Amino acid sequence: MGEFAGYDMPLFYALGALKEHEHVRADGMAGVFDISHMGQLRLRGKNGGKNIPEFLQSITPSFFETQKIGAAKYSVLLTDQNTIVDDIIVTKFGTDDFFVVINAGTKDKDIAFLRARLPNEIHMDVLESDLIAVQGSGAVRAIEKIIGQSFDDLYFMQAREVGDMIISRLGYTGEDGFEISVPREQTVHLWQTLMKNDAVKPIGLAARDTLRLEMGFSLYGHDIDEDHTPRESDLGFVCSPKNARASQIPVPSIKRVGIKLNDKGIAREGAEIYVGTTKIGTLSSGGYSPVLKYGIGMGYVPMDHINSENISIKVRDNFIPASIVPLPFIPSRARRQK
Amino acid sequence: MTAQLKFSKDHEWIYLENDDTAVLGITEYAQHALGDLVYVELPKLGAKYNKGAHCAVVESVKTAAEVYTPVTGDIVAVNDALSGDPEILKQSIETGWICKIKMTNKDEVASLMSEDDYQSYLKTL
Repeated sequence: MGEFAGYDMPLFYALGALKEHEHVRADGMAGVFDISHMGQLRLRGKNGGKNIPEFLQSITPSFFETQKIGAAKYSVLLTDQNTIVDDIIVTKFGTDDFFVVINAGTKDKDIAFLRARLPNEIHMDVLESDLIAVQGSGAVRAIEKIIGQSFDDLYFMQAREVGDMIISRLGYTGEDGFEISVPREQTVHLWQTLMKNDAVKPIGLAARDTLRLEMGFSLYGHDIDEDHTPRESDLGFVCSPKNARASQIPVPSIKRVGIKLNDKGIAREGAEIYVGTTKIGTLSSGGYSPVLKYGIGMGYVPMDHINSENISIKVRDNFIPASIVPLPFIPSRARRQK
Repeated sequence: MTAQLKFSKDHEWIYLENDDTAVLGITEYAQHALGDLVYVELPKLGAKYNKGAHCAVVESVKTAAEVYTPVTGDIVAVNDALSGDPEILKQSIETGWICKIKMTNKDEVASLMSEDDYQSYLKTL
């Protein structure tokens, strides 16, 4: 077991972290993650759907007025200094009805942040639901069997309400898959039903971390935080020219980049990045890639170094040769609408 | 294996290969706590370490664990097979050793735990 944001979570189950990782990436297979520690909010408004998008646009750099019903959107909450309070997913279920998923470690901070800014006409509920992720190319078959309906017309970053559940086609692994918001009294049944499927295995926190790292996905409090703007964090895609807040975010002088080690070894968060004898940054995340079979990481470096192929990472007393590479480290297999 | 294993509180084992050379590895308890191993950083041949100094690092998927030498001495052999496959560490003590240390203070061995003492110690954790 490991501790994460005050929750006891299994680092790995029976398979062990490496096999769990490989299982999620294997054709026809799926992994199940208990991510109930994450926060879930529901925003309800009035005024025919105008006030919630406007509210969201006042606290993020993104544009919500054109968001379609059933669409999920990734964005970030911004401090007054335009740094990142948290990264969030906002799903629209009706003109005045939005579902928001926030991180575990920032739950209390986010709720206080939102309450302090929430206009009177918007009501916010903190949901007492669990969240179960089913990730991998076999996820859709496993889910269709349990839910008893086809998800053929649900693509990446789209969501559907099924009874009391919210089923979103997205995730933190780069695979096709779903996150299911489920009322607490139904969670154990859902989990046990999933476990009866031979293609489905439970996946712990260690593999969740290596899976997201291979995709270059940010982990809040490590890769993104209140010290960095979304442009510095290479999350420029959440910044819309139609949102005035986005235009206030300055052109960055540093950027989060992907780093691969060119020699044996593992570099982890906090390891220093060097060009020659000059320190240019530190790793915000790092570990072993079970698919690529070498060490990978992410870190912040000055803009004039973002294409450097000859850097090194200081791990204890050794300098490991490394290169800055584009993210993600391996291609996404999410089921995008063509 | 009839060699007598001695244990440290940091979950290293040693046995004496001859009168003054100790073979070092990590216990099943430590192996289990680490989970799947992905890299072992071996000490350099000829390096000198004091008792308690960290001489190697075992990296699992989730974490890096330092290995401390329970005896003072010079590194006279390292297990290069671990560079190719770190999981060899979990095999027998004949194949899963990390390094061999030529001891400069043999009295230190007496301060380490016997297998029975180590098993009792584990129950207190």
